Amino acid sequence: MKTVQLSHGGGGQASNTLIHELFYKHFHNDILIKAEDAAVLQVDKDIAFTTDSFTVTPLFFKGGDIGRLAIAGTVNDLAMMGSKPLYLSASFIIEEGFSLDDLEKIVISMAQELKVSGTKIVCGDTKVVPRGSVDKLFINTAGIGAIQQKNISAMNISEGDTIIVSRDIGCHEATLLMTREELEVSAHLQSDCHTLWPAIEALIKAKLPIKAMRDATRGGLAAVLNEWAISSEVCIEIDESKVPICDEVQGICEIFGFNALEFANEGTFILAIKENSAQEALEILRKFDFCKEATVIGKATQKRPQKVIVNSEYGSSRFLDLPKGELLPRIC
Amino acid sequence: MSQLQLKDLYSGFRDPKTIKTLSQQIKQEALKLNDRLNIMEVCGGHTHAIMKYGLPQLLPQSINFIHGPGCPVCIMPKERIDQAIALAQMPDSILLTLGDMIQVPGSQSSLADMRALGKEVRPLYTPLDALKIAKENPDKKVIFFAIGFETTTPMTAALIQTCIKQNIPNLFFHINHVLVPPAIEAIMEDGKADIDAFIGPSHVSVISGAKIYADIPNTYQTPVVVTGFEPVDILEGILMIVRQKVNKQSKLEIQYSRAVTLEGNVKAQKLIQKYMQAREHFRWRGMGDIAHSALELKSDYAHLDAEKLFADCLPHEAIDDHKLCICGSILKGLAKPQDCSVFGTACKPETPLGSCMVSSEGACSAYYRYAGVMA
Repeated sequence: MKTVQLSHGGGGQASNTLIHELFYKHFHNDILIKAEDAAVLQVDKDIAFTTDSFTVTPLFFKGGDIGRLAIAGTVNDLAMMGSKPLYLSASFIIEEGFSLDDLEKIVISMAQELKVSGTKIVCGDTKVVPRGSVDKLFINTAGIGAIQQKNISAMNISEGDTIIVSRDIGCHEATLLMTREELEVSAHLQSDCHTLWPAIEALIKAKLPIKAMRDATRGGLAAVLNEWAISSEVCIEIDESKVPICDEVQGICEIFGFNALEFANEGTFILAIKENSAQEALEILRKFDFCKEATVIGKATQKRPQKVIVNSEYGSSRFLDLPKGELLPRIC
Repeated sequence: MSQLQLKDLYSGFRDPKTIKTLSQQIKQEALKLNDRLNIMEVCGGHTHAIMKYGLPQLLPQSINFIHGPGCPVCIMPKERIDQAIALAQMPDSILLTLGDMIQVPGSQSSLADMRALGKEVRPLYTPLDALKIAKENPDKKVIFFAIGFETTTPMTAALIQTCIKQNIPNLFFHINHVLVPPAIEAIMEDGKADIDAFIGPSHVSVISGAKIYADIPNTYQTPVVVTGFEPVDILEGILMIVRQKVNKQSKLEIQYSRAVTLEGNVKAQKLIQKYMQAREHFRWRGMGDIAHSALELKSDYAHLDAEKLFADCLPHEAIDDHKLCICGSILKGLAKPQDCSVFGTACKPETPLGSCMVSSEGACSAYYRYAGVMA
């Protein structure tokens, strides 16, 4: 098995080979291959800028891999601000001895995911660290996008706005749990990992009054809704029975005592929009395969500002708090 | 024939129509009660479910829940957590435990703090994972800090059995398994708590059988209804309690009959008896010493017993809770979380002063997370 050696990060011949025969080969574009100290870019609009680092165990999972995550994650963060993703950087921190074949698979996966949004990787970096210094491979991507619709913000939500979720929740975290714990719950379950830009672009083109958008990654719906309730000083009330959760994800939650509302997603977003445009937004979203289960789950109210309330079908209510941070299975 | 789906097992027990109907029936029956009805749900799983499903909002005001001591993390005294920390600090050791035990502070720090400092502390999904970890780390001392009531004890016993069968030399046990009946008796003998009936634990009773509560209805004139964890289960259990009270009865009943029998899981009971015996006494956090309320390894298995093997490393000094914390009174059913002066202010899930705030099964945590919508 060919592996990544410390020399691949040494700045010499081995580094050069890795950069040309792997990264340039798959990420090829005019700006990247200039190989300057920094990429020179021209953007004629307001820009959005973001960064994210990706660590995941296992590196390959049903529905994706760390490479796909690293592209979709940063592209989605840009899209959530109403910006068209344009340029990314990609930094790799690789543990000595990592399989070159696996690295190539990951790079190819990144290249494919870039095509979904038409985004380019225009600069990058590679570090190889001694065994044990990192767990196999960490990737950082940063990106900039051109703002297409202004004033999309977690602070913009007001009473009466409708809250929409783009698909069934929790598939990414449930898939990872299933893989890590070697649980054979379902052959169908796979991560929701997906670039969301095409759906966001359609919403923007329809000139809908979008208030806020956020992809529900770590901390899941629970984290996003709490952040919104606090930032916008509104109460967000959701109907428990309307939150789409597939049987497999709910099953995993039943077994371990988890709450799917706290599960991480990698291709699921929440949209706050003026009530009278909610139906149109749903119709647009449902045209995309990765949003075909988009549905209204609740609305912003003034009942308990800065709190999220879950209403049951049988007439009781409870708060939905920010997740604690580490998912620990129940004891008994 | 269609395949049985997991959701078939629970969806009926969360059915909104059934829930509303039961709620109405309880309200009707409760009109016949003369006094307020104080029901203790012994188990932390019930506390959590009651709050999560917002059940008090569906019940008449005359029904009052008193939260019991059945959360294995909440009742762990700080000195036992300090022992776990000491075991994690030994050279070449790996400490294994379950769930949110790793977050509970001992006298100085928590197991999560130890993990952050580079000590090997791992929360397990199932105790049997300990076997794999011990085999993969033959040069390390792998110690299972075993916690839980009667529910989790058989898993520890099965792990011990496999460990012996497979002759694994580096897996050891620090046993903190506790028992429900002595805790109930301690609360009732204390005489301060005003408890009219008990919701009996679900999973504990699957193992032990409902027989372990046989004496309670007669001795204390309190109905005991062993109840499942789903909202329909809990409401049906409450209806059964209300009906007993209306009819001036006091007996042991099983609502959770799809899983619980009077005898319980005899095979599991025998497995526990093979390896473990009652301790003379065990100090419960906030409740103090309760005789014969916990288990320890039998002397035949002293070679697996981390408490004996590593006795030199283990601190034994009893440590009480922060003086403002009233977890003790909450665990004894004498107070509710909102009676505490630091609830939600100095004591929050991210900075807990007392154990009831740390564990997700703790009463304070359940109140902090779910309650107050109607306030």
